[in-house]
Amino acid sequence: MSPSTPGAPASPAGPRTSPPANALFEYVLRLGDDRLVLGHRMAEWCGHGPILEEDIALSNIALDLTGQAAALLALAGEIEGAGRSEDALAYFRDETAFRNALITELPTGDFGFTIVRQFFFDAYSLLLWDVIAKGGHAKLAALAAKSLKEDTYHLRHSSEWVRKLGDGTPESHARAQAAVDALWRFTGELFERDAIDDAAAAAGVAVDHAALAAQWRELVEGVLREATLVVPAAPGAMVTGGRRGRHTEHLGHLLAEMQIVARSHPGASW
Amino acid sequence: MVNTPPLSRETLFTILDAVKDPEVPVISIVELGIVRDARATDGGVTITITPTYSGCPAMHTIAQDIRAALAVYGVDEVRIETVHAPAWTTDWIGPEAREKLRAFGIAPPGPVDHEGGLVALTRRRQAVSCPYCGSPRTELKSEFGSTACKAIHVCLACRQPFDEFKPL
Repeated sequence: MSPSTPGAPASPAGPRTSPPANALFEYVLRLGDDRLVLGHRMAEWCGHGPILEEDIALSNIALDLTGQAAALLALAGEIEGAGRSEDALAYFRDETAFRNALITELPTGDFGFTIVRQFFFDAYSLLLWDVIAKGGHAKLAALAAKSLKEDTYHLRHSSEWVRKLGDGTPESHARAQAAVDALWRFTGELFERDAIDDAAAAAGVAVDHAALAAQWRELVEGVLREATLVVPAAPGAMVTGGRRGRHTEHLGHLLAEMQIVARSHPGASW
Repeated sequence: MVNTPPLSRETLFTILDAVKDPEVPVISIVELGIVRDARATDGGVTITITPTYSGCPAMHTIAQDIRAALAVYGVDEVRIETVHAPAWTTDWIGPEAREKLRAFGIAPPGPVDHEGGLVALTRRRQAVSCPYCGSPRTELKSEFGSTACKAIHVCLACRQPFDEFKPL
Protein backbone atom coordinates (compact mmCIF):
# COMPACT_ATOMS: atom_id res chain seq x y z
CA MET A 1 0.00 0.00 0.00
CA SER A 2 1.24 3.47 -0.73
CA PRO A 3 0.35 7.13 -0.57
CA SER A 4 -1.98 8.26 -3.35
CA THR A 5 0.41 10.65 -4.95
CA PRO A 6 1.85 9.94 -8.37
CA GLY A 7 5.59 9.98 -8.06
CA ALA A 8 5.67 8.55 -4.59
CA PRO A 9 7.30 5.13 -4.58
CA ALA A 10 4.38 2.81 -5.11
CA SER A 11 5.69 -0.08 -3.08
CA PRO A 12 8.08 1.27 -0.47
CA ALA A 13 7.87 -1.93 1.50
CA GLY A 14 7.63 -4.19 -1.55
CA PRO A 15 10.06 -6.99 -2.27
CA ARG A 16 13.51 -5.86 -3.29
CA THR A 17 14.40 -7.05 -6.72
CA SER A 18 17.81 -6.99 -8.26
CA PRO A 19 17.95 -5.88 -11.89
CA PRO A 20 17.83 -8.75 -14.37
CA ALA A 21 20.76 -9.37 -16.64
CA ASN A 22 19.25 -7.35 -19.46
CA ALA A 23 17.54 -4.48 -17.70
CA LEU A 24 17.50 -2.21 -20.73
CA PHE A 25 15.55 -4.88 -22.62
CA GLU A 26 12.98 -4.87 -19.81
CA TYR A 27 12.87 -1.09 -19.84
CA VAL A 28 12.16 -0.84 -23.57
CA LEU A 29 9.68 -3.70 -23.26
CA ARG A 30 7.68 -1.63 -20.76
CA LEU A 31 7.57 1.28 -23.20
CA GLY A 32 6.50 -0.99 -26.04
CA ASP A 33 3.92 -2.94 -24.05
CA ASP A 34 2.21 0.23 -22.78
CA ARG A 35 1.60 1.34 -26.34
CA LEU A 36 0.76 -2.08 -27.75
CA VAL A 37 -1.92 -2.71 -25.13
CA LEU A 38 -3.35 0.81 -25.15
CA GLY A 39 -3.28 0.83 -28.95
CA HIS A 40 -5.32 -2.37 -28.92
CA ARG A 41 -7.82 -0.85 -26.52
CA MET A 42 -8.15 2.24 -28.71
CA ALA A 43 -8.63 0.08 -31.80
CA GLU A 44 -11.75 -1.36 -30.18
CA TRP A 45 -13.40 1.96 -31.04
CA CYS A 46 -12.90 1.45 -34.77
CA GLY A 47 -16.41 1.39 -36.21
CA HIS A 48 -17.97 2.33 -32.86
CA GLY A 49 -16.97 5.99 -32.41
CA PRO A 50 -19.72 8.40 -31.30
CA ILE A 51 -19.30 10.45 -34.48
CA LEU A 52 -17.44 9.70 -37.69
CA GLU A 53 -14.60 12.20 -37.08
CA GLU A 54 -14.04 10.69 -33.66
CA ASP A 55 -14.09 7.15 -34.98
CA ILE A 56 -11.35 8.19 -37.42
CA ALA A 57 -9.38 10.06 -34.74
CA LEU A 58 -9.41 7.17 -32.26
CA SER A 59 -8.44 4.69 -34.99
CA ASN A 60 -5.58 6.94 -36.13
CA ILE A 61 -4.30 7.26 -32.56
CA ALA A 62 -4.56 3.47 -32.19
CA LEU A 63 -2.44 3.09 -35.33
CA ASP A 64 0.20 5.54 -34.09
CA LEU A 65 0.44 3.71 -30.75
CA THR A 66 0.66 0.31 -32.42
CA GLY A 67 3.31 1.63 -34.82
CA GLN A 68 5.31 3.06 -31.92
CA ALA A 69 4.97 -0.28 -30.15
CA ALA A 70 6.27 -2.15 -33.20
CA ALA A 71 9.40 0.02 -33.36
CA LEU A 72 9.96 -0.20 -29.59
CA LEU A 73 9.50 -3.98 -29.48
CA ALA A 74 11.84 -4.37 -32.46
CA LEU A 75 14.43 -2.38 -30.53
CA ALA A 76 13.76 -4.43 -27.38
CA GLY A 77 14.32 -7.62 -29.37
CA GLU A 78 17.56 -6.23 -30.76
CA ILE A 79 18.77 -5.31 -27.26
CA GLU A 80 17.80 -8.72 -25.93
CA GLY A 81 19.81 -10.38 -28.66
CA ALA A 82 17.87 -13.65 -28.58
CA GLY A 83 16.46 -13.31 -32.08
CA ARG A 84 12.95 -12.31 -31.04
CA SER A 85 11.24 -9.98 -33.51
CA GLU A 86 8.55 -7.43 -32.61
CA ASP A 87 5.95 -9.96 -33.74
CA ALA A 88 7.41 -12.68 -31.54
CA LEU A 89 7.30 -10.32 -28.58
CA ALA A 90 3.77 -9.09 -29.29
CA TYR A 91 2.11 -12.39 -30.13
CA PHE A 92 4.05 -15.12 -28.38
CA ARG A 93 4.37 -13.91 -24.82
CA ASP A 94 1.90 -14.80 -22.10
CA GLU A 95 0.18 -12.39 -19.77
CA THR A 96 2.75 -12.55 -16.96
CA ALA A 97 5.52 -11.63 -19.42
CA PHE A 98 3.81 -8.36 -20.33
CA ARG A 99 5.19 -5.23 -18.67
CA ASN A 100 2.53 -2.63 -19.46
CA ALA A 101 1.12 -0.40 -16.73
CA LEU A 102 -2.32 -1.52 -15.55
CA ILE A 103 -4.02 1.69 -16.71
CA THR A 104 -3.45 0.69 -20.33
CA GLU A 105 -5.25 -2.66 -20.06
CA LEU A 106 -8.45 -1.59 -18.31
CA PRO A 107 -11.53 -2.21 -20.47
CA THR A 108 -12.51 0.57 -22.85
CA GLY A 109 -15.54 1.69 -20.84
CA ASP A 110 -17.61 4.60 -22.13
CA PHE A 111 -16.26 7.43 -24.27
CA GLY A 112 -15.54 9.50 -21.16
CA PHE A 113 -13.43 6.74 -19.65
CA THR A 114 -11.55 6.24 -22.92
CA ILE A 115 -10.79 9.95 -23.22
CA VAL A 116 -9.73 10.49 -19.61
CA ARG A 117 -7.49 7.40 -19.71
CA GLN A 118 -5.99 8.60 -22.99
CA PHE A 119 -5.46 12.07 -21.55
CA PHE A 120 -3.67 10.74 -18.47
CA PHE A 121 -1.49 8.52 -20.64
CA ASP A 122 -0.81 11.11 -23.38
CA ALA A 123 0.36 13.67 -20.80
CA TYR A 124 2.69 11.09 -19.23
CA SER A 125 3.92 9.79 -22.57
CA LEU A 126 4.69 13.21 -24.02
CA LEU A 127 6.64 14.35 -20.96
CA LEU A 128 8.53 11.05 -20.86
CA TRP A 129 9.46 11.19 -24.57
CA ASP A 130 10.79 14.69 -24.10
CA VAL A 131 13.24 13.39 -21.50
CA ILE A 132 14.20 10.23 -23.41
CA ALA A 133 14.67 12.18 -26.67
CA LYS A 134 17.41 14.19 -24.94
CA GLY A 135 18.91 11.08 -23.36
CA GLY A 136 22.05 9.15 -24.10
CA HIS A 137 20.66 6.06 -25.84
CA ALA A 138 20.73 7.05 -29.51
CA LYS A 139 18.25 4.52 -30.92
CA LEU A 140 15.72 5.03 -28.16
CA ALA A 141 16.15 8.80 -28.37
CA ALA A 142 15.33 8.65 -32.09
CA LEU A 143 12.09 6.75 -31.44
CA ALA A 144 11.25 9.18 -28.64
CA ALA A 145 11.77 12.25 -30.83
CA LYS A 146 9.52 10.75 -33.48
CA SER A 147 6.79 9.58 -31.09
CA LEU A 148 6.81 12.95 -29.33
CA LYS A 149 5.63 14.65 -32.52
CA GLU A 150 2.73 12.22 -32.89
CA ASP A 151 1.83 12.36 -29.21
CA THR A 152 1.60 16.15 -29.39
CA TYR A 153 -1.46 15.68 -31.62
CA HIS A 154 -2.79 12.94 -29.32
CA LEU A 155 -2.58 15.11 -26.22
CA ARG A 156 -4.24 18.06 -27.93
CA HIS A 157 -7.07 15.75 -28.96
CA SER A 158 -7.59 14.13 -25.57
CA SER A 159 -7.20 17.34 -23.55
CA GLU A 160 -9.72 19.17 -25.74
CA TRP A 161 -12.21 16.37 -25.20
CA VAL A 162 -11.61 16.39 -21.44
CA ARG A 163 -12.56 20.09 -21.45
CA LYS A 164 -15.61 19.48 -23.64
CA LEU A 165 -16.88 16.58 -21.54
CA GLY A 166 -16.10 18.09 -18.15
CA ASP A 167 -17.47 21.51 -19.00
CA GLY A 168 -20.32 20.10 -21.10
CA THR A 169 -23.69 18.70 -20.03
CA PRO A 170 -24.44 17.35 -16.53
CA GLU A 171 -24.31 13.87 -18.06
CA SER A 172 -20.93 14.32 -19.76
CA HIS A 173 -19.54 16.02 -16.64
CA ALA A 174 -20.70 13.18 -14.38
CA ARG A 175 -19.21 10.53 -16.67
CA ALA A 176 -15.90 12.36 -17.05
CA GLN A 177 -15.64 12.84 -13.28
CA ALA A 178 -16.47 9.18 -12.70
CA ALA A 179 -13.65 8.28 -15.08
CA VAL A 180 -11.19 10.57 -13.26
CA ASP A 181 -12.22 9.00 -9.95
CA ALA A 182 -11.89 5.45 -11.26
CA LEU A 183 -8.59 6.00 -13.08
CA TRP A 184 -6.69 8.13 -10.60
CA ARG A 185 -5.42 5.23 -8.53
CA PHE A 186 -3.85 3.68 -11.63
CA THR A 187 -1.72 6.75 -12.37
CA GLY A 188 0.88 6.20 -9.64
CA GLU A 189 2.28 3.19 -11.43
CA LEU A 190 3.39 5.39 -14.34
CA PHE A 191 5.88 7.10 -12.03
CA GLU A 192 7.12 4.09 -10.08
CA ARG A 193 10.84 3.68 -9.98
CA ASP A 194 12.61 0.38 -9.54
CA ALA A 195 15.85 -1.42 -10.30
CA ILE A 196 15.03 -1.55 -14.03
CA ASP A 197 14.80 2.24 -14.15
CA ASP A 198 18.07 2.55 -12.29
CA ALA A 199 19.76 0.24 -14.76
CA ALA A 200 18.24 2.14 -17.70
CA ALA A 201 19.57 5.36 -16.19
CA ALA A 202 23.02 3.80 -16.12
CA ALA A 203 22.58 3.01 -19.82
CA GLY A 204 21.81 6.66 -20.60
CA VAL A 205 18.01 6.72 -20.18
CA ALA A 206 17.92 8.84 -17.04
CA VAL A 207 14.38 9.80 -16.10
CA ASP A 208 13.75 11.79 -12.93
CA HIS A 209 10.48 10.16 -11.88
CA ALA A 210 9.65 12.65 -9.15
CA ALA A 211 10.16 15.60 -11.51
CA LEU A 212 8.15 13.84 -14.22
CA ALA A 213 5.29 13.19 -11.79
CA ALA A 214 5.27 16.83 -10.70
CA GLN A 215 5.18 18.05 -14.30
CA TRP A 216 2.42 15.57 -15.11
CA ARG A 217 0.34 16.63 -12.16
CA GLU A 218 0.66 20.30 -13.05
CA LEU A 219 -0.37 19.66 -16.65
CA VAL A 220 -3.23 17.33 -15.73
CA GLU A 221 -4.61 19.48 -12.94
CA GLY A 222 -4.55 22.54 -15.19
CA VAL A 223 -6.73 20.85 -17.80
CA LEU A 224 -9.01 19.26 -15.19
CA ARG A 225 -9.55 22.68 -13.61
CA GLU A 226 -10.56 24.17 -16.97
CA ALA A 227 -12.85 21.20 -17.43
CA THR A 228 -14.45 21.86 -14.00
CA LEU A 229 -13.30 18.39 -12.94
CA VAL A 230 -11.51 17.62 -9.70
CA VAL A 231 -8.79 15.29 -8.57
CA PRO A 232 -10.42 12.79 -6.20
CA ALA A 233 -10.13 13.95 -2.60
CA ALA A 234 -9.77 10.43 -1.19
CA PRO A 235 -8.58 8.28 -4.08
CA GLY A 236 -7.40 5.34 -1.99
CA ALA A 237 -4.15 3.51 -2.53
CA MET A 238 -2.36 3.42 -5.86
CA VAL A 239 -2.73 0.08 -7.66
CA THR A 240 0.39 -1.27 -9.33
CA GLY A 241 1.94 -4.52 -10.49
CA GLY A 242 1.90 -4.44 -14.31
CA ARG A 243 5.58 -3.58 -14.58
CA ARG A 244 6.35 -6.84 -12.76
CA GLY A 245 3.89 -8.92 -14.76
CA ARG A 246 1.06 -8.90 -12.22
CA HIS A 247 -1.97 -7.83 -14.20
CA THR A 248 -5.70 -7.36 -13.82
CA GLU A 249 -8.00 -10.07 -15.14
CA HIS A 250 -8.58 -7.92 -18.22
CA LEU A 251 -5.19 -8.36 -19.91
CA GLY A 252 -5.62 -12.08 -20.53
CA HIS A 253 -8.84 -11.49 -22.44
CA LEU A 254 -7.24 -8.73 -24.49
CA LEU A 255 -4.26 -10.93 -25.37
CA ALA A 256 -6.48 -13.85 -26.30
CA GLU A 257 -8.13 -11.72 -28.94
CA MET A 258 -4.93 -10.04 -30.07
CA GLN A 259 -2.81 -13.19 -30.29
CA ILE A 260 -5.18 -15.89 -31.51
CA VAL A 261 -4.56 -15.53 -35.23
CA ALA A 262 -0.77 -15.45 -34.89
CA ARG A 263 -0.80 -18.42 -32.51
CA SER A 264 -3.25 -20.47 -34.55
CA HIS A 265 -1.26 -19.97 -37.74
CA PRO A 266 2.37 -19.44 -36.70
CA GLY A 267 4.50 -18.08 -39.51
CA ALA A 268 1.53 -17.38 -41.76
CA SER A 269 1.77 -14.44 -44.15
CA TRP A 270 -0.81 -12.77 -46.32
CA MET B 1 23.61 -12.55 -64.75
CA VAL B 2 24.56 -9.62 -66.90
CA ASN B 3 27.48 -7.63 -65.61
CA THR B 4 26.38 -4.02 -65.60
CA PRO B 5 27.99 -1.09 -63.83
CA PRO B 6 26.39 -0.23 -60.47
CA LEU B 7 23.61 2.35 -60.63
CA SER B 8 24.57 5.78 -59.38
CA ARG B 9 22.83 7.43 -56.44
CA GLU B 10 21.30 9.93 -58.85
CA THR B 11 19.92 7.21 -61.12
CA LEU B 12 18.49 5.34 -58.15
CA PHE B 13 16.73 8.49 -56.93
CA THR B 14 15.32 9.04 -60.42
CA ILE B 15 13.94 5.49 -60.44
CA LEU B 16 12.47 5.90 -56.95
CA ASP B 17 10.91 9.23 -57.91
CA ALA B 18 8.48 7.18 -60.01
CA VAL B 19 7.21 5.43 -56.86
CA LYS B 20 4.19 7.39 -55.68
CA ASP B 21 2.84 7.49 -52.16
CA PRO B 22 0.05 4.86 -52.18
CA GLU B 23 -2.30 7.15 -50.27
CA VAL B 24 -1.37 10.44 -51.91
CA PRO B 25 -0.63 9.25 -55.46
CA VAL B 26 0.35 12.68 -56.82
CA ILE B 27 3.65 12.90 -55.00
CA SER B 28 6.55 10.49 -54.91
CA ILE B 29 8.31 8.95 -51.96
CA VAL B 30 11.37 11.00 -52.91
CA GLU B 31 9.36 14.24 -52.86
CA LEU B 32 7.91 13.27 -49.48
CA GLY B 33 11.38 12.82 -48.04
CA ILE B 34 10.77 9.15 -47.24
CA VAL B 35 13.86 8.05 -49.22
CA ARG B 36 16.88 9.13 -47.19
CA ASP B 37 19.59 7.38 -49.16
CA ALA B 38 20.13 5.02 -52.07
CA ARG B 39 23.38 3.30 -52.93
CA ALA B 40 24.73 0.38 -54.87
CA THR B 41 26.08 -2.32 -52.61
CA ASP B 42 27.57 -5.77 -53.25
CA GLY B 43 25.38 -7.39 -55.87
CA GLY B 44 22.45 -5.05 -55.36
CA VAL B 45 21.27 -1.80 -53.86
CA THR B 46 20.48 -0.53 -50.38
CA ILE B 47 17.63 1.93 -49.99
CA THR B 48 17.29 3.81 -46.72
CA ILE B 49 13.80 4.99 -45.86
CA THR B 50 12.20 6.69 -42.88
CA PRO B 51 8.59 6.25 -41.78
CA THR B 52 6.26 9.25 -41.96
CA TYR B 53 4.02 8.32 -39.03
CA SER B 54 4.93 5.35 -36.79
CA GLY B 55 1.67 3.63 -37.60
CA CYS B 56 1.42 4.52 -41.27
CA PRO B 57 0.14 1.32 -42.92
CA ALA B 58 1.44 2.52 -46.29
CA MET B 59 5.05 1.84 -45.32
CA HIS B 60 4.73 -1.86 -46.17
CA THR B 61 3.27 -1.05 -49.57
CA ILE B 62 6.01 1.50 -50.15
CA ALA B 63 8.70 -1.13 -49.48
CA GLN B 64 7.02 -3.48 -51.98
CA ASP B 65 6.69 -0.69 -54.54
CA ILE B 66 10.40 0.14 -54.18
CA ARG B 67 11.32 -3.47 -54.95
CA ALA B 68 8.96 -3.56 -57.91
CA ALA B 69 10.33 -0.30 -59.36
CA LEU B 70 13.93 -1.51 -59.11
CA ALA B 71 13.07 -4.94 -60.52
CA VAL B 72 12.12 -3.21 -63.78
CA TYR B 73 15.77 -2.16 -64.06
CA GLY B 74 16.98 -5.68 -63.31
CA VAL B 75 17.85 -4.94 -59.70
CA ASP B 76 16.58 -7.88 -57.68
CA GLU B 77 18.85 -7.67 -54.66
CA VAL B 78 17.22 -4.82 -52.77
CA ARG B 79 17.97 -4.21 -49.14
CA ILE B 80 15.62 -1.75 -47.44
CA GLU B 81 16.84 -0.14 -44.25
CA THR B 82 14.63 1.91 -41.95
CA VAL B 83 16.06 4.82 -40.01
CA HIS B 84 14.25 6.86 -37.36
CA ALA B 85 16.64 9.78 -36.92
CA PRO B 86 16.29 12.51 -37.88
CA ALA B 87 12.54 12.12 -37.45
CA TRP B 88 10.56 12.69 -40.63
CA THR B 89 9.14 16.16 -41.01
CA THR B 90 6.77 17.75 -43.52
CA ASP B 91 9.39 20.50 -43.90
CA TRP B 92 11.19 18.10 -46.27
CA ILE B 93 8.36 18.40 -48.81
CA GLY B 94 9.54 20.87 -51.48
CA PRO B 95 7.58 23.72 -53.11
CA GLU B 96 6.83 21.77 -56.30
CA ALA B 97 5.36 18.85 -54.38
CA ARG B 98 3.31 21.25 -52.24
CA GLU B 99 1.79 22.66 -55.40
CA LYS B 100 0.92 19.14 -56.57
CA LEU B 101 -0.84 18.50 -53.26
CA ARG B 102 -2.85 21.70 -53.60
CA ALA B 103 -3.86 20.84 -57.17
CA PHE B 104 -4.99 17.41 -55.88
CA GLY B 105 -7.26 19.11 -53.33
CA ILE B 106 -5.04 18.66 -50.28
CA ALA B 107 -3.88 21.79 -48.44
CA PRO B 108 -0.08 21.51 -48.18
CA PRO B 109 1.50 21.52 -44.74
CA GLY B 110 2.47 24.84 -43.21
CA PRO B 111 5.99 25.16 -41.82
CA VAL B 112 6.75 23.38 -38.56
CA ASP B 113 7.02 26.56 -36.55
CA HIS B 114 8.62 25.28 -33.39
CA GLU B 115 11.91 23.69 -32.44
CA GLY B 116 10.48 20.31 -31.51
CA GLY B 117 10.10 19.11 -27.94
CA LEU B 118 7.12 20.15 -25.86
CA VAL B 119 4.61 22.63 -27.23
CA ALA B 120 2.11 24.58 -25.11
CA LEU B 121 -1.31 22.93 -25.13
CA THR B 122 -2.99 26.25 -25.81
CA ARG B 123 -0.91 26.85 -28.90
CA ARG B 124 -3.03 27.31 -32.02
CA ARG B 125 -1.97 26.28 -35.49
CA GLN B 126 -1.78 28.74 -38.35
CA ALA B 127 -4.88 29.12 -40.49
CA VAL B 128 -5.05 26.78 -43.48
CA SER B 129 -6.10 28.13 -46.88
CA CYS B 130 -8.71 26.26 -48.92
CA PRO B 131 -6.99 24.33 -51.74
CA TYR B 132 -10.09 24.83 -53.93
CA CYS B 133 -10.91 28.55 -53.69
CA GLY B 134 -7.85 29.85 -51.83
CA SER B 135 -9.87 31.46 -49.05
CA PRO B 136 -8.16 31.69 -45.68
CA ARG B 137 -11.58 31.48 -44.01
CA THR B 138 -11.49 27.80 -43.09
CA GLU B 139 -12.34 25.81 -40.00
CA LEU B 140 -10.58 22.81 -38.52
CA LYS B 141 -13.04 19.93 -38.08
CA SER B 142 -10.64 17.27 -36.83
CA GLU B 143 -6.89 16.90 -36.56
CA PHE B 144 -7.25 13.26 -37.61
CA GLY B 145 -8.37 12.46 -41.13
CA SER B 146 -8.56 9.78 -43.80
CA THR B 147 -4.88 8.89 -43.33
CA ALA B 148 -2.41 9.40 -40.50
CA CYS B 149 -0.88 12.44 -42.19
CA LYS B 150 -4.07 14.43 -42.76
CA ALA B 151 -6.50 16.67 -40.88
CA ILE B 152 -10.07 17.54 -41.93
CA HIS B 153 -11.10 21.15 -42.57
CA VAL B 154 -14.06 22.88 -44.13
CA CYS B 155 -13.93 26.07 -46.18
CA LEU B 156 -16.35 28.69 -44.89
CA ALA B 157 -16.21 30.57 -48.23
CA CYS B 158 -16.93 27.80 -50.77
CA ARG B 159 -18.30 25.27 -48.21
CA GLN B 160 -15.98 22.56 -49.49
CA PRO B 161 -14.62 20.10 -46.93
CA PHE B 162 -10.96 19.32 -47.60
CA ASP B 163 -7.93 17.46 -46.29
CA GLU B 164 -4.83 19.16 -44.99
CA PHE B 165 -1.44 17.48 -44.98
CA LYS B 166 -0.75 18.42 -41.39
CA PRO B 167 2.58 19.83 -40.28
CA LEU B 168 4.72 17.31 -38.40
